[in-house]
Amino acid sequence: MTSPPAVRLTALTRRFGEVEAVRGLDLTVDRGEIVAFLGPNGAGKTTTLDCVLGLSQPTSGAVEVLGLPPREAVARGLVAAVMQTGGLLKDLTVGETVRYVGSLFGHADRSSAVLEEAGIADLAGRRVGLCSGGEQQRLRFAIALLSDPALLLLDEPTTGMDVEGRRAFWAAIRRDAARGRTILFATHYLEEADQHADRIVLISHGRVVADGTGAEVRALAGGRSVRATVPGLDETLLGRLRALPTVDRVEARGEQVHVHAGDSDLVARHLLTATDAHDVEITSRNLEDAFLSLTQEAR
Amino acid sequence: MSTPTHPADAYDPAGRTPPRWGGFNRTLLGLELRRMLRNRRTIVFTILLPAGLFLSFGSTGQASDRVGSGNVAAYIMVSMGLYGAALTAAASGAMVAMERSLGWSRQLRLTPLHPAAYVVTKTLVALAIGAIAIVAVNVTGLLQGRPDMPAGTWVACAAVTLVSTLTFAALGVFAGYLVPGENVMQILGPGLALLSFLGGVFIPLDVGSTIWHIAVLTPMYGVAEVARAPLTHELPWYAVVNAVGWLLAFVAGAAWQMSRDTARV
Repeated sequence: MTSPPAVRLTALTRRFGEVEAVRGLDLTVDRGEIVAFLGPNGAGKTTTLDCVLGLSQPTSGAVEVLGLPPREAVARGLVAAVMQTGGLLKDLTVGETVRYVGSLFGHADRSSAVLEEAGIADLAGRRVGLCSGGEQQRLRFAIALLSDPALLLLDEPTTGMDVEGRRAFWAAIRRDAARGRTILFATHYLEEADQHADRIVLISHGRVVADGTGAEVRALAGGRSVRATVPGLDETLLGRLRALPTVDRVEARGEQVHVHAGDSDLVARHLLTATDAHDVEITSRNLEDAFLSLTQEAR
Repeated sequence: MSTPTHPADAYDPAGRTPPRWGGFNRTLLGLELRRMLRNRRTIVFTILLPAGLFLSFGSTGQASDRVGSGNVAAYIMVSMGLYGAALTAAASGAMVAMERSLGWSRQLRLTPLHPAAYVVTKTLVALAIGAIAIVAVNVTGLLQGRPDMPAGTWVACAAVTLVSTLTFAALGVFAGYLVPGENVMQILGPGLALLSFLGGVFIPLDVGSTIWHIAVLTPMYGVAEVARAPLTHELPWYAVVNAVGWLLAFVAGAAWQMSRDTARV
């Protein structure tokens, strides 16, 4: 028996009046994956997550969560989410909030277990309104764990958390992912995506513009840069560099040359064998460059 | 291809079922009630204000004059119970809108809680809190000793009053959407007091006067006449039309605002 994927989005579009927030998005997330949904503000991340949760109806296209319609998956406690802001009652205590939401799933009380897991067991008696932003975020996390969901969606999950809280949070997430929980988190922190996700799905203007591991996404954005000092650099030498396969950009500043190419080895070999180049440096573009170039191309 | 030891098997969708009763349960009801009772403003509105109003209005010289099968003090007691219950029901209705503005309803939509189960819970809480208001006024009346009516009438008036408060729970939801935030009671409080004066809850109206012609159209008039009918044995048809009409109007308004709000998510 093959189990259905955690999430399957097919040609998903969502329009708000004139604005097309999501424009034909295809995405399949397998079970047990930790996937980062990376993109600038307004890229359509939150809208897509809302469709996965059944909070928003797609204008067209299909959404399937563990082989079920989103609302059915929510009703069975298979999918949960940690939202960025709001969603808490200030007049309840931390413990009451967890008992309240926990009672709705109709199975054994997991209140103390989730408070423990979110690291806020000692706050159970405190009014939510008196908790700090980071503590409230941990409470949202505890609530999301109540149903022991198969799929956990996180929208900018560590906003407001201090370094310590952030580390503890990701440790807890990894532990559950190892048990088979699927994690899909939206973020605009490149570092967070690169560090914690098995896979990065880069979206821009409502479409997927790159999909792969951190290294693959970097590579997609166009290989590496080769920098060298070439005595007697002239137009003839530059012309030969431009003619090399996979080279897409050559910049010269005095004797300094900066070549951008898909195959950096070829460029380096040419520089070292056919010219007097020295101080050859090869750098991989960082994720930030990849992010910028890919999200701008999609415009 | 998945192997038999696929870790995702720990999260088999077939092993999960939605809860019974759309998620409605005792813990939920208990916590909602506790929230209402913990709110100091609710306690003032529910117990102190109506009881205090009864003591001041109910101590008039004509308190022992006869009305229907009871006396004027009983008539005022029923009226004050209605006012207190309407006020608290409106307050609990307004809380629904406030919770939505806080994103709590969005949180709840990520659980199996069915919207109908939510509405039932909130209605039961509004009724429970309304019942406390009615009991508070009636106990005050008993202790004071002036109200006089047959025990059956006493119970009938209280029960009818309780049902009437649903109109104001719906009004609270509706108003809560129109006036977002925590300040809605600053409007509903004085507003309901004004409507109560107009509707003849505090001071009886002279039938046929100019003010009476306006009063019969306002939302407090109908329910006040209905709530006191077991005592007065008088229930004009236009009072019934008024009570039913406003109930439908407020329920429709609340439903309209709620659906608009859900669509926006």
